[in-house]
Amino acid sequence: MTAANPSAPRRARPAPERTSLLLLIFLVTSGLLLLSHNGDLIGTLGGVGSLLQNPIVEAVVVSLFLANVLFAYLWRAAPWAKALVGLGSLLLVLPWAGQEDTSLLDLSIQIMIFAALALGLNIVVGLAGLLDLGYVAFFAVGAYTWGIFGSPRFGEILRYYGENPGATNAATLAFGLFLTAVTAASMVYIRRRIVRPTRLSTWSFGLASFGLVAGVLLTGRALLVLNAFHAQGLATGINGNFFWLFLALSVMAAAIVGVLIGLPVLRLKGDYLAIITLGLGEVIRVLANNLDLFTAGSQGITPIKSAPVPWFDRLAGALGFQPDQYYLLFLYLLVLVMIALILTVNIRLDRSRIGRAWIAIRDDEVAAQAMGVPLVQTKLIAFATGASFAGAMGMIFAAKQTFISPESFNLFQSIGVLAMVILGGMGSFPGVILGAAVVTLLNLRILPGLGEATSNVAWIPQQVNPGQLQRLVFGVILVTIMLLRPEGLLPNRRRTLELHQEDNQEDESAQGNAGALTTGGEVYSAGFAPQKEEDRAGGTR
Amino acid sequence: MDLATLLPFIVNVIVGGLVLGFVYAIIALGYTMVYGVLQLINFAHSEVFVTGAVVGFEIFRVLAPSPMNGYLKLLIALVAAMAVSGLLNVLIERLAYRPLRNAPKLVPLITAIGVSLILQDVLRIIEGFQGRFDLTYTLPAGFSGKFCAAESSCAAVGNVLRTVGIDLQLKDVILIVVSLLSLGVLNYLVNRTRLGKAIRAVAQDRVTAGLMGIDANRMISATFLIGGALGGISGVLFGMKFGTVNAYSGFDPGIIAFTAAVLGGIGSIPGAVLGGLVLGVIQNLIGVTNVFGSLLHIANLESINASYQRIGAFIVLVLILIFKPTGLLGKSNVEKV
Repeated sequence: MTAANPSAPRRARPAPERTSLLLLIFLVTSGLLLLSHNGDLIGTLGGVGSLLQNPIVEAVVVSLFLANVLFAYLWRAAPWAKALVGLGSLLLVLPWAGQEDTSLLDLSIQIMIFAALALGLNIVVGLAGLLDLGYVAFFAVGAYTWGIFGSPRFGEILRYYGENPGATNAATLAFGLFLTAVTAASMVYIRRRIVRPTRLSTWSFGLASFGLVAGVLLTGRALLVLNAFHAQGLATGINGNFFWLFLALSVMAAAIVGVLIGLPVLRLKGDYLAIITLGLGEVIRVLANNLDLFTAGSQGITPIKSAPVPWFDRLAGALGFQPDQYYLLFLYLLVLVMIALILTVNIRLDRSRIGRAWIAIRDDEVAAQAMGVPLVQTKLIAFATGASFAGAMGMIFAAKQTFISPESFNLFQSIGVLAMVILGGMGSFPGVILGAAVVTLLNLRILPGLGEATSNVAWIPQQVNPGQLQRLVFGVILVTIMLLRPEGLLPNRRRTLELHQEDNQEDESAQGNAGALTTGGEVYSAGFAPQKEEDRAGGTR
Repeated sequence: MDLATLLPFIVNVIVGGLVLGFVYAIIALGYTMVYGVLQLINFAHSEVFVTGAVVGFEIFRVLAPSPMNGYLKLLIALVAAMAVSGLLNVLIERLAYRPLRNAPKLVPLITAIGVSLILQDVLRIIEGFQGRFDLTYTLPAGFSGKFCAAESSCAAVGNVLRTVGIDLQLKDVILIVVSLLSLGVLNYLVNRTRLGKAIRAVAQDRVTAGLMGIDANRMISATFLIGGALGGISGVLFGMKFGTVNAYSGFDPGIIAFTAAVLGGIGSIPGAVLGGLVLGVIQNLIGVTNVFGSLLHIANLESINASYQRIGAFIVLVLILIFKPTGLLGKSNVEKV
């Protein structure tokens, strides 16, 4: 990596032009990847073939291949070569190799799901500076939103309500709708009319929001009972074409849960916020574990379907894919599009007024407030944005696994995503994606490969077989990387400058960063490239 | 169940909760000490505490055949666990936190997670080589019996307890006594000795304390030593209370104990104890909510059982923090601009 020394700005020494090297590495690693995943060809190669099939070698080949994309981003090379390597790797070579070995597609989807999660958490932790240890809750919300409806579970729920209808339901529905409308209207009214909140207005607002929740619950229950006669027709869940609607719904549901969780707890700071988010994440997991009717408890929901896209299936068939690979290829491309979208949103947000507000809050909350940044609103937007990415990815995850259970959403996952963010470099988008790729590759390919390759070696006792030591090896890698590169693998340049400025100035009162931000006439954006100082920070307004 | 039997039942639940709470409280102290000095959530503390539990298990196992007095065995186990856990904590600080003293706050958090993963596997390997995974405590004879059985010398106390309807085991009483003793010692250490004064000074302002001639690094090491020793004590107590321990069983109590530390106001020693006790009682009460539900014929309560224990702890935490954002006994520090 050329951006090795974080203390020196990159432009001090122009990086060498590496177009041909980039292309060469791309060709070699692509060839290796295609070769090592082609069963027929590899059989004819004898010794080399069995070497390529060794799990460690295989994991290394995959890692090297994925490194191409990183090189294409990092190295100075002709733009066409960068585009060729980046797009060629992701759109051509990877699906091609995945045709022979579906686990490769699976792995790539997993990496991109985690990359998207890390990008979302990066907004909350990296940009807005709110430590969130329950991030996986939003992922779970997205996954269960589709998981319940895209599987036989929905039919089961309807059947249950058909057998236990409870009260007269037209009346319940009417009352629920009435309650919802009245409370929502009164909430809006209170918000509009009251300029300065008083005790009375706060309480009535709280009461109204409670009523709103009750109204929504009643309405939902009544709707379920009234639709119970559909239960027979929903043996495999609702029509797969609703996938797209539910993609939007998952995003919304996760964002709403983000706001709901954020609203009461955002007054808290730092570690108090961390423990509360951790707790609420656990609450969602325990609920998923115990609301047997809706989530099937610890058994999990299965099978969850993906969207049917006939023209895509025909295309994939024409390209030589097997019918059972169609949905993986489809999800692979979908997640690729999603990540491009999320990245774009991230970059746009980062350079917008709201992104500046997040960074201001992270750096100094009191000062930001004094400068007119609305604290709660800005933090809530960060929470909701981060959550919505997780919601979308949760849904894709559910469709990919075709199975979800509360086990996929435990605290360890939240911490894993946080580790990706910090490992990659907090606040830096490429860094965060790299962090996600490194952690996922380690956990899903390299460490299991290591274990598999050494499982039959006689002199390694069973207890210290690397396959058994995944946590240990992962922990050692985590600690080593953090000790060697405390700012992350691809640190955010602006942040680096701030940190090193602190080294020179012990006095905290002198921590204004105006000098560091404008050295050399460039303003460092938190995410990607430097912006010229003439650009107005707040966008077009 | 009628009301006459309900009252002793509730009392028992609360007493059981307090016993549990003392275990949490001592674990929480380990978190709060480290947090108070470094503002770092020491995620590795749960493994430090499990190490203490494992050491305690090994001591009890080795000493089981000897005719030694049970209390002496317990003392040896406690001292050994304190020593091992304390030194382990110091080592962790030296290797994983000290090099990152000036890094952003979240970086040591990640190394803490890494260290905790490493320790989990190391513990599992060490015990796994001996063919042990779930360590089942064999306590000295009598510890598992009723507290103050009729024939023992304290029959009067036993009678009182029986009249009120409290069902205590000897090990519960030992647990409370050991917790209170270690609390007393800690309180003395922090508030009455030069070492404690120095630690408090470092916690308040590391740089200024350094200017006053206090070696901040040594004080931080001392804090980790004390915190680790508390972890060792709590590990042994935890093992006594629950009977089994394995390399991964630190996670749940660790989370609850950290919650307790936050609930009480993180960085505050009495706060950690109060938080631990409150959480212990609440957990036990939620565990039996279904009993109240069936008693009072409230259908919705009947389905709330032990699987919701952890949620209850967190919901209480959220409620308390909403009204008191710095925890029960935490001081709010006003930010100066």
